[in-house]
Amino acid sequence: MVALLAIFVALPIFVLLPWFAWRYRYGAKSSRYTPKWAFSRTLEVAAWSGPAVIVALLAVLVWRSTHALDPYKPLASGTPALRVLVIGYDWKWLFIYPDLGVASIGVLPLPAGQPVAMQLTSATVMQSLQIPALGSQIYAMGGMVTQLHLQADKPGRFMGENTMYNGDGFHEQRFTAVAMTPDAFNDWVKHTRAHGMALDASTLKLISEPTTRAQLAAALGQRQASDGGIYFNHATSDIFSNVVMATMNGAAAEPQTAGLAATSTATHVVLNATPPSPEQKP
Amino acid sequence: MSLPYVLAHPLGRLSLESLPFWQMLQDPSEANVINGVIATGAASMVVIGAIVTFALITRYRKWGVLWSHWLTSPDHKKIGIMYVVLAFVMLARALIEALLMRTQQAFGLGGGFLSPDHFAQLFSTHGTIMIFFMAMPFLTGMINYVMPLQIGARDVAFPVLNSISLGLTVAGAALVMISLCIGTFSTGGWFGYPPYTEATFSPGVGPDYWIWSLSLASLGSTFTGINFAVTIYKHRAPGMTFMRMPLFTWTALCTSILMIFAMPPLTVATAQLALDRYLGFHFFTNALGGNMMHFANLFWLFGHPEVYILILPAFGVYSEVVSTFSGKVLFGYRTLVMATMAIAILSFTVWLHHFFTMGQSANINAVFGIASMLIGIPTGVKIYDWMLTMFRGRIRFTVPMIYSIGFMLLFVLGGMSGILLADPGVDYQVHNSVFLVAHFHNVAVPGLLFGMIAAYHFWFPKAFGFRLNEGWGKISALCWIAGFMLAFFPLYALGLMGMPRRTVAYSEPAYVPLEMVALLGAALIILALTALIVQLWVSIRQRNANRVFAGDPWDGRSLEWSISAPPPEYNFAMIPRVTDRDAFTVAKEGRSAYQRLDTYEDIEMPKNSAMGPVIGAVGFSLAFGLVWHIWWMVILSFLAGMVTMIVRGFARDTTRIVSAQQVRKEHHHWVDALASVTAISRADERTPANDGLAQHEIDGVVP
Repeated sequence: MVALLAIFVALPIFVLLPWFAWRYRYGAKSSRYTPKWAFSRTLEVAAWSGPAVIVALLAVLVWRSTHALDPYKPLASGTPALRVLVIGYDWKWLFIYPDLGVASIGVLPLPAGQPVAMQLTSATVMQSLQIPALGSQIYAMGGMVTQLHLQADKPGRFMGENTMYNGDGFHEQRFTAVAMTPDAFNDWVKHTRAHGMALDASTLKLISEPTTRAQLAAALGQRQASDGGIYFNHATSDIFSNVVMATMNGAAAEPQTAGLAATSTATHVVLNATPPSPEQKP
Repeated sequence: MSLPYVLAHPLGRLSLESLPFWQMLQDPSEANVINGVIATGAASMVVIGAIVTFALITRYRKWGVLWSHWLTSPDHKKIGIMYVVLAFVMLARALIEALLMRTQQAFGLGGGFLSPDHFAQLFSTHGTIMIFFMAMPFLTGMINYVMPLQIGARDVAFPVLNSISLGLTVAGAALVMISLCIGTFSTGGWFGYPPYTEATFSPGVGPDYWIWSLSLASLGSTFTGINFAVTIYKHRAPGMTFMRMPLFTWTALCTSILMIFAMPPLTVATAQLALDRYLGFHFFTNALGGNMMHFANLFWLFGHPEVYILILPAFGVYSEVVSTFSGKVLFGYRTLVMATMAIAILSFTVWLHHFFTMGQSANINAVFGIASMLIGIPTGVKIYDWMLTMFRGRIRFTVPMIYSIGFMLLFVLGGMSGILLADPGVDYQVHNSVFLVAHFHNVAVPGLLFGMIAAYHFWFPKAFGFRLNEGWGKISALCWIAGFMLAFFPLYALGLMGMPRRTVAYSEPAYVPLEMVALLGAALIILALTALIVQLWVSIRQRNANRVFAGDPWDGRSLEWSISAPPPEYNFAMIPRVTDRDAFTVAKEGRSAYQRLDTYEDIEMPKNSAMGPVIGAVGFSLAFGLVWHIWWMVILSFLAGMVTMIVRGFARDTTRIVSAQQVRKEHHHWVDALASVTAISRADERTPANDGLAQHEIDGVVP
């Protein structure tokens, strides 16, 4: 719709400009020549009002669509949203399902047909989470929490990525969003609860190193699952809020310790016995 | 950092490891060798280029000429030319980098040949150079050369400050160049978002190179803005009211105002980032109250007006070119002025559209989205008015006109993708993707770059006294247009497919064919640059056939065409009196052009000053010392800068006199020469018959 309206402004230019250029070329002596003609009220009014009317129409569309597609707006649905807490590390995303006690890296399992309510933060630099096929993206920033609501209507596999450059492993910070039937999703949760790695302090410390997912899998001493995912249990929302607080307090960012920037996060996380609730971004 | 440590490290962080081939020698793995060879090759180009230049200047004993006629000259025309030379040198480097990046991505399915760090430096320097050391010097040079001539002035308001601005800009550019040979450049992109560029995450010298080169350039541009604005306010010829100024001068004024207001936020943002990095402040850190969004706000408070600083002078060029080569008065002058001003003001109201996805409320996003679309109105009006200027004209397809028509058609597409991006709903989908990369190249290349190359062709005969070769100019223009389309249209599609910007490699085989097309486009653009160089060479060889000493090769309309080509250093033997728009066309029609004068007067001109090169050199060594933590160098450079400024404060004898006799001699030489050349019709404009004198109107028909 927006594109259509924009074409309405552009079309006269594409048609008239080549025509004028040809019709009034120097060699075409028969065409009319008005060297002093410099003003026409009608044409001036048309030149201003055409684009103005279209922008006015666009403004209405933009106002509506911006509110309709606001990533902070919960999706209307009969089923309650699945909460997912997302932590951006260098160079992988950690997805925590606080109500299910599981977490994953590299794969984002989702139940199809159920809305997902994400909260995001970064343990390092700015990152931006996007799953192009599911629409929308939002930045994740250290010490702050952003939100993103999305939903996969049908089962499927969708590429997800970080779009904000954050260093050498940037191009490998991808994941697969796997939308599955509710039954398959429940099976995955059960399986992960039973067989996943414990998301404990030492694991978190390894995750917070600046490594790609493949390097992390090697460091964790396990091969990635066949779908490229690393799955954890014993995941709680405290992990997320601890990262937010630790980053905000500077535990994660001692100056001049590059390359090991986020290493102290994990220790801080476990030391912090009474985690506060996630901060909303002002 | 303790005193003994500083004493023990007189060269700060500088060591052998800073050399581009060191890592390759220490650890000759395949990846290290490939990246080392490329980096060393680039560094050698800089070093060899510098050595050859020095050798040639010495061989032909031109150091004296270079120093007294160019580097220390306060003449706005020479400063303008030096700015444009700088722009072309930096354009060449940044285009080679672009080709390298396109090659990497074309073969980037699962790897490619460049390391991620090397690739990140390439996109960071490419962006930084193209904006601050190609586009800015190019437009500053053009305005410098043309604007004082268009308003009938002898020079800018502050000629020595003008030279200092150039010195600072060159120092910044030199800092970016030397980062190829010593150390590494930032990997944080041209906008260097913290916290990535903070010491925590990027402890090396890269972001420091970026910070100080930008600081030097932004200071230079602030001074330039003040200089141009004051010149236009105070130095117009009698009768040149605001509404009689040529459109290019209007756009120069709007750009200068934008520079004055938009550059300081950048200087502040980079200074704050420097405080974070050097002294442990927390302006933009994750922790202890720092907030990276402040940087985003400050940077784009500069960054968005910057887009219009770049584009407005190009709009001015297109206005002059379309009117001149259509043989018509510009249609809707008043409207074009209003549209230019409207764009200048609106440009300060849209910066937030650079971060719709940072999580502010839908209300804010919608307001800034709509504000961004508003800019489309005056921009659309401008294109309609240029079209109506062509309507019922007599259009000559010279090289500048080809660029102008290419611009109008391509820019509309860029504008449309801009309207799409201004919709936050769409932006959430394509933000940080190569769709965005395609969009801003779609407005910057046909908009700014085509405009500046058109200006180069348009005013080159004025500056050097001979026309550029038409054939090579056309080849270059067509290569630019075709190359641009091939290089960037595929990126729109790739962006919609979800390809993020700045990615060294990818895993989607579907990207490859489109990447290959884009690589072909980049190759064509390199051909276009080569054609420009060949054109310059051929034109210099054929200069005697194409001289236009009479000064008016295109049947021009404004005052710069009313004097000889090249103009005398004082520009006008007598300051012209202006009675209407298109002052020179009016004079030609009233047969009052090319007059001998009854009396001649002494003309006071600014004396040469070493301030520009000295401040430039001091700025460079100060910045280099800061980058490498060489503190004695920092202190000495700072003191040298202070002393230079104080000494300049005592200079009283800052002008010299060009005698009336000299002016009379030069003016008469020119008027006499006019008598011996034949006025030509526009049909012979692009032949050696064009000596720079245009036929007058015959029976209401412009020839």
